[in-house]
Amino acid sequence: MFPLELDASLGHAGTNALYVATGILFGFALEQAGFGNAKNLAAQFYLRDMRVLKVMFTAIATAMLLLVGADAAGLLHAEALYVNPAHLGPGIVGGLIFGAGFVVGGYCPGTALVSLATLKLDGLFFVLGLFLGVTVFGETVAWFQAFFDASGAYGELTLHGLLGVSPGLVAFGVVLMALGMFWAAERVEAYFAARDGGRPC
Amino acid sequence: MSRAAWKYMNPYLAGVALGVVLFGSFLLFGHGLGASGGVALLAGAAEAAVLPGHASQSAYLVNLVQSPPSPLDNWIVWEILGVVLGGLASGLMAGRVRPETFHGPRITPRQRWVFALLGGSIAGFGVRLARGCTSSQALSGGAVLSAGSWAFMLAVFAGAYLLAYFVRRLWT
Repeated sequence: MFPLELDASLGHAGTNALYVATGILFGFALEQAGFGNAKNLAAQFYLRDMRVLKVMFTAIATAMLLLVGADAAGLLHAEALYVNPAHLGPGIVGGLIFGAGFVVGGYCPGTALVSLATLKLDGLFFVLGLFLGVTVFGETVAWFQAFFDASGAYGELTLHGLLGVSPGLVAFGVVLMALGMFWAAERVEAYFAARDGGRPC
Repeated sequence: MSRAAWKYMNPYLAGVALGVVLFGSFLLFGHGLGASGGVALLAGAAEAAVLPGHASQSAYLVNLVQSPPSPLDNWIVWEILGVVLGGLASGLMAGRVRPETFHGPRITPRQRWVFALLGGSIAGFGVRLARGCTSSQALSGGAVLSAGSWAFMLAVFAGAYLLAYFVRRLWT
């Protein structure tokens, strides 16, 4: 039955090794996807290359369907999975700020680490910026502590809980939405490729 | 490296690969992937080492780095170590490991460094406010249908698209 009780079976060092291994696969997939290159990431926001959207939503849909399937097959304690608690106020404001940093800096934290690992200097500067930004946050959070702690804090709120339907139905909706976005993304890319004469962004 | 670099993987295929890794993480550990939390721990440990008196005064830092046994012996620090190793391995196989700066055609590498530093700082503040990044919120929370994570994800795309026009000189 999953998830496993790893600390009991593997010990602390064994569990840490498994985290390193998971990180290796994660970093490998990000680099193969082209996410060590800021130009591939930024192109998403100029509609020239929708790689970010395609990879992200394919990954979400894949993991989601496998989780729903494993739950249905009785292999998984779905209620034991960590569900990020809703903090809608700071989540949305933080998301807007993060999105601004993404388009200015060209990376997000995971992709910046991969960029740095392949010796890209812009990736190095982005990671240095992350250190700066998280430190500034730590030094200033006391000024808006109530907003950070309590704004829109609804605990473990899921989309299916909110809508009062089964997770499978929401998963079906997410897949339909992803397929629609992929169709639109291919059309948009084809439009700009034809207009720009195949010149890569 | 003299040989030509590999092409990037088909994005849908890369997405399936990433999704399988994400699913594996949930199966093994009960939670998804992460990146920004590891950076925050490293930054907090660095700050506490440089300014030990200050660290004990800050509730944020006390929570972050003074949790037992050691602030850096945390799963997410091990995971981002792996991310760097995996990115390096993939880059070596693909012939993409070399010092260079990715920048738009209208700015110089030095200008790009300034904007990478600035963007990283903005993003660093944002991920802490939002309690996670593209990995821990968008991918991981997205896959378990967390309402907060989906709201975060929409906000990230909204923030980036809203600003994109005004910073187009950086990329186009």
